[in-house]
Parts: sequence; structure tokens; C-alpha cells
Amino acid sequence: MMWLQIFITFLVVLIWIKIFKQWQQNKVGLVSFLIWFVLWLAILLVFWQPDITTYLANFLGIGRGADLIVYLSIILIFYLIFKIFIRLDKTDKLITKLVREDAIKNGEKR
Amino acid sequence: MKIFIIIPAYNEEKRIAQVLKELSVLPYEVVVVNDCSVDKTAEIVRNFQVTLLNHKINRGQGAALQTGNQYALSHGADIIVHFDGDGQFLVAEIADFVTQIHNGYDIVFGSRFLGKKSDVPKIKNNIIFPIARLVNLFLGIRLTDPQNGFRAFSKKAAQFVQIENDGAAHCSEISAKAFKNKLKIKEIPIFVQYHRFGQSFLTSRGRGQSGLQIIIDLLFNKITK
Repeated sequence: MMWLQIFITFLVVLIWIKIFKQWQQNKVGLVSFLIWFVLWLAILLVFWQPDITTYLANFLGIGRGADLIVYLSIILIFYLIFKIFIRLDKTDKLITKLVREDAIKNGEKR
Repeated sequence: MKIFIIIPAYNEEKRIAQVLKELSVLPYEVVVVNDCSVDKTAEIVRNFQVTLLNHKINRGQGAALQTGNQYALSHGADIIVHFDGDGQFLVAEIADFVTQIHNGYDIVFGSRFLGKKSDVPKIKNNIIFPIARLVNLFLGIRLTDPQNGFRAFSKKAAQFVQIENDGAAHCSEISAKAFKNKLKIKEIPIFVQYHRFGQSFLTSRGRGQSGLQIIIDLLFNKITK
């Protein structure tokens, strides 16, 4: 477990540096930065103190800590897929709008 | 009275010349929307006295039609007719649509199931149409032909009906918006001459054009809109 914990810590620190840089370069907002920071902090905590999840799980009426992590992960993944879908749809519509405007502006009349 | 014929075209080099030739003797303003064809469609269209609008990225038939509508409206169109570039529709029947708009209808849909007998491919008849009819039922569309690309708009109807579905499910979208906006709707019989290409269930001749994609679009748009 020790090696895995060290590996995860190393990975989380790398991710923190990456999102910190993105925040500094204004690629992500402060809220997004904090959400991702706290999320990876939570992941780090779970790897060093797995019992935390059991306390939380019991508090929420779920049997095991591992189950809680799976449930939360699924919710998070679905939420992210939904967000990506909305973003893709919006981008798609914008591309169509741009292509349309260009086509009308540069129409060839004979 | 300005009548615009909008022809969405994606890789139509084999048949579009014949369609444009037949249209050239009629008093219509023809607009071809080349949806980023990879063949010689654009070159062929340039040989005719028509307007050519080029999509730099393939966006689908619905997107091409809306591009044509916007262009026509901004150039003073009184009537807009949607027509296919693959020679499946009869040029002579355009006059029937125009007559109905003159009679006071806002939007006129062609139908393959009102008398004139078209040899509809089995995949459309047995899979796509039943699903489209079911979706149309939910959308409150009462038309005999659920997926027909031959239609005419009055200026008012074209302003009301903005096509947002880029793919082939725009047929249901247009009908739904026509019914929702309580436009005066008319269906008239048309004849459709099918060609072998372009009727595949899995492979697509353009964005959102395969049978499967039409079904996904139909179902998906019902859920998400």
C-alpha cells in the first residue's frame, strides 16, 4: 500500500501543479481551480486514511467506504459527461453558425 | 414575386447538372448550398446561372437548408422551396407547391403517400418511417409523410421556422415548428424517383444522413429539446 500511496501523492502533486499553472494562465477560473484542488485533496486523503470513507459511508447510511467512493465517482463521471455533452453541442452550433455566415458572405452568384 | 429554390448538395456530381438544367428554364432563383462536397459538385454548379454557397465544413442537410433559407430571406424571397439535388424530385411539381402558397398556405409539405405511387426503399418504409411517425406523434405532427425533403415556405413561415437540427432529423423539426406556430399547413402528393445510392442504413453520404443517424437524431432530439 505504501508504494501506491507514494505514487498517488506524486501524481496528485503533479496534477495540482498543472491546475495551478492553468489558473495562473487564466485558462481556468478560481472556482474551477478550487473544486479540482479540493477534489484531488480528497482523493489523496482517501489513499492515506481509507477509514475516512467508512466514517462518511456510515454517516450517509452506506455500508462500506469503498461503495461510497464508487457511488461518488459514478455521479461525478455522469456529471462530467453531461457537461462535456452540453459544451460539444454548443461548440457544434457555433461551428455551424460560423460556416453559415462564411458561406453567405462569400456566396458566388452567376 | 421572388421564388427561391434551395438545393442542399453533398457529393452530387452525378446528378446535380441534370437538376440544374431542368430548373434553368424556369423563373426561379436557384441557390445551391454545397455542404463541403469532396467531389466536383461545386465545379459543376459553377456552369449554371445559380447562386452557390459553400460550407467550408460539412454540417449536414439541415444546416445547409437553413443557410439557404437565411440567404433567400436576406435577398427578398417571397417563397422558398426545398428541393433535392439528386434528381429524386420532379422539377415540374415545384409549381404545385407555389400554387398552394399563393392559395394562402404558409407551409406546404410533399407526401409520397397521397395518391402518387413512389417506390419507397424497404429500409425507409419498415424502419425509419415507423420510428419517425412515432416521434412525430409525440411532437403533435399529423402528416402522412414523416420524412420528406420537398417543401415550400411562405416568407412568414421561413422566418418562423429556424432549422436547428443540422442532420436529417430536420424534417421532423420543421414539421413540429410549423404545427407549434399554428402555421397554415398543406400536404400535396409528389412522386419520388429513388436511386440506389444514398439509402444506406449504416453508412452515410454526409453528416447525419445515414438511416441509423436519422433514428438517433430523431430520438435524441425528442429527449433533449
